[in-house]
Amino acid sequence: MKRLFSSALVVAAVAGAPAALAQRDNIGIVGSSTVYPFSTVVAERFGRAGTFRTPKVESTGTGGGIKLFCAGVGVQHPDIANASRRIKESEVADCRRNGVTEITEVLIGFDGIVIANAAGAHHYELSLRDVYLALAKDVPNPDGSETLVANPYRTWQQVNPALPANPIEVLGPPPTSGTRDAFAELAMEGGCKTFPWIKAIKDSDESRFKAICHAVREDGAYIEAGENDNLIVQKLAANRNALGVFGYSFMEENADKVQGSAIGGVVPEYEAIADGSYPVSRPLYFYVKKAHVGVIPGIAEFVAEFVSERSMGEEGYLADRGLIALPPAAYGKAAAAARALTPFSL
Amino acid sequence: MSDPQPQPPRRATIDVVRAGLGRRYRRERRFRAYGLLSVLLALASLLLLFTDIVDKGVGAFRQTRVQLAIHYDPERLGVGARAAAQELAAADYEALIKDALHERFPAVASRAERRALARLPSSAAAWELRDRLLDDPRLLGAREKVWVLADGSVDAHMKDPGASTLGPLQRGWVDELAQAGELALRFNANLFANGDSRDPELAGIRGALVGSLLTLAVTLALSFPLGVAAAVYLEEFAERNRWTDLIEVNINNLAAVPSIIFGLLGLAVFIALFGMPRSAPLVGGLVLTLVTFPTIIIASRAAIRAVPPSLREAALGLGASQVQVVLHHVLPNALPGMLTGAIIGMARALGETAPLLMIGMVAFIVDVPGGFTDSATVLPVQIYLWADSPERGFTALTSAAIMVLLGFLVLMNALAVLLRNRFEKRW
Repeated sequence: MKRLFSSALVVAAVAGAPAALAQRDNIGIVGSSTVYPFSTVVAERFGRAGTFRTPKVESTGTGGGIKLFCAGVGVQHPDIANASRRIKESEVADCRRNGVTEITEVLIGFDGIVIANAAGAHHYELSLRDVYLALAKDVPNPDGSETLVANPYRTWQQVNPALPANPIEVLGPPPTSGTRDAFAELAMEGGCKTFPWIKAIKDSDESRFKAICHAVREDGAYIEAGENDNLIVQKLAANRNALGVFGYSFMEENADKVQGSAIGGVVPEYEAIADGSYPVSRPLYFYVKKAHVGVIPGIAEFVAEFVSERSMGEEGYLADRGLIALPPAAYGKAAAAARALTPFSL
Repeated sequence: MSDPQPQPPRRATIDVVRAGLGRRYRRERRFRAYGLLSVLLALASLLLLFTDIVDKGVGAFRQTRVQLAIHYDPERLGVGARAAAQELAAADYEALIKDALHERFPAVASRAERRALARLPSSAAAWELRDRLLDDPRLLGAREKVWVLADGSVDAHMKDPGASTLGPLQRGWVDELAQAGELALRFNANLFANGDSRDPELAGIRGALVGSLLTLAVTLALSFPLGVAAAVYLEEFAERNRWTDLIEVNINNLAAVPSIIFGLLGLAVFIALFGMPRSAPLVGGLVLTLVTFPTIIIASRAAIRAVPPSLREAALGLGASQVQVVLHHVLPNALPGMLTGAIIGMARALGETAPLLMIGMVAFIVDVPGGFTDSATVLPVQIYLWADSPERGFTALTSAAIMVLLGFLVLMNALAVLLRNRFEKRW
């Protein structure tokens, strides 16, 4: 009896599959975990309005998402990919090989990366050079010669006499994270480039330049705290000596617990990130597969909702969630291109 | 041996024993104390875990509601006095809430302050009003006091004013409302009625729970019959030779393979090759079948081996065929052990996240899944997603979801123990 019942279940389950293959009535979104909090808010509101089903949003990371997105045209492939960096030429080529030729790029805003510590502790004022010297695996020899030595600095004061004598202890994301990529590219490389002889390497040997500038020390001063930014915030509250690296939206939500360090003299605040004066911020995008518009119901409407004033605008609900909105001119351009679903080329 | 030698004065055995007795007793007591200490240590860490989870999660079972005097004014809603349901569904309910708030706090004038005031109720409050009016269209034009959902930040302030993210103005309003009894903590029905949401006050575990049940149904339906059949064949029919040894080694190996590898396999085979939908409980169940299948085979084989050979021999001696021996005697006697193995395998499947990542079940899904091919997520994935959300309210929700998951695990394991105690025979 039990067996009969079980087999019936299996048959029912397997028989259900082909029906789902023939069509899909919800939008499939994949990609960056940084864009996920914004994409999901729009998806939920879009679904609640009642005309279309709520889109499904997967948090796969930018690279993984674009790979899925570029795998082909058809209902089993996602319709939209979120990205916390611009799509790469190699990825566009991959898309083209699989028949995904027309892609619309939508720039939705910016995300700041903050270096924060517990509220009430010493408020750091760092330069990008300080950040690089404190966290790089190998740093230029302190004696001034053009050679690299393993990072000798133990305290912030050794890095820069103006800083306090606290030990260097920074909690941050692991190498698999998009936040870490952006941090390495914007903060570490930014500080690294201030040494003219290292900057000169970039032209002669780009991969060596990246190895010097992006490698983070592994002697315990930089602690990989996992992808969970909430965890970093909790640890900062418990350890007043430590600094943490995470996204701006988490700092905004925990403004009572942590304070963002000034970088290059600019404190991470909404306005400073929006006008680009805060140096460690990155653009956020999503990409739409044009071949699916009209096949999967609601894609054009979802994009229109995403780029609407009440969502992506300066006073929109995404700004409430920590998205740094685009300046008005850039917003107008991005929204118009998105509504028309203009295909882009790199 | 034969010639007697002068012997040293020997102590009697009993004296030796007595002299060492104290030491032996102490050693025994120490040994027992070590065991007891390990148990206590395990219990203490479990207790620590539970108190932490319960302490953080208990708040999520209640949520703040705010009482508003709503006037269902057709003019403000932008509909006629006898509007049809479709018209009512699309009406502007936020205007009603703004009016009610403005009436309650007439002194608030500036645009920025009004915006701050309008943020006190949840964005879902408008949907609650819509549903009320759709249920009872006679309310149109009437006035009533309604308890609507408060925003997550107000909820956080009510539960722990120390960790509040509200501005001073909002705090003033909230305190005034609370003192007037127009702000209160109620049971959080959304937690059990809703799917996921990005608003902590709206998010619920129903979607993940249904997803888990659907996935486990597929897993059980496939892995139990397959596992039992494989075990019966290997124990009762297969010859002992190099091939069965090889199979045995492979099954044991499979049980120890990290589950993420099964996820990769699922992605390559079920989704890429067979074209099954991503994020579906069907695929999740198939992948988890691979995870639990070896466990069930191993447990079932042990259960079959525990059936005494005398039983088989007696049946054979009375003229039963091999199949009759298996179906009439071995299986019924081994079933409790097999079920226990299956339940423990299911409990493992319930807690898996890694393989589901690869097949797209780590996703934001609002709608509660209705079938095996709908997009769905599962309980542990929901916990992971909430733990990673920036909004404050999700900390409590995460712990609440862990409590529900632990509840299910305890239930399943208790069932396994019950089955064993109830039906297990000793020979």
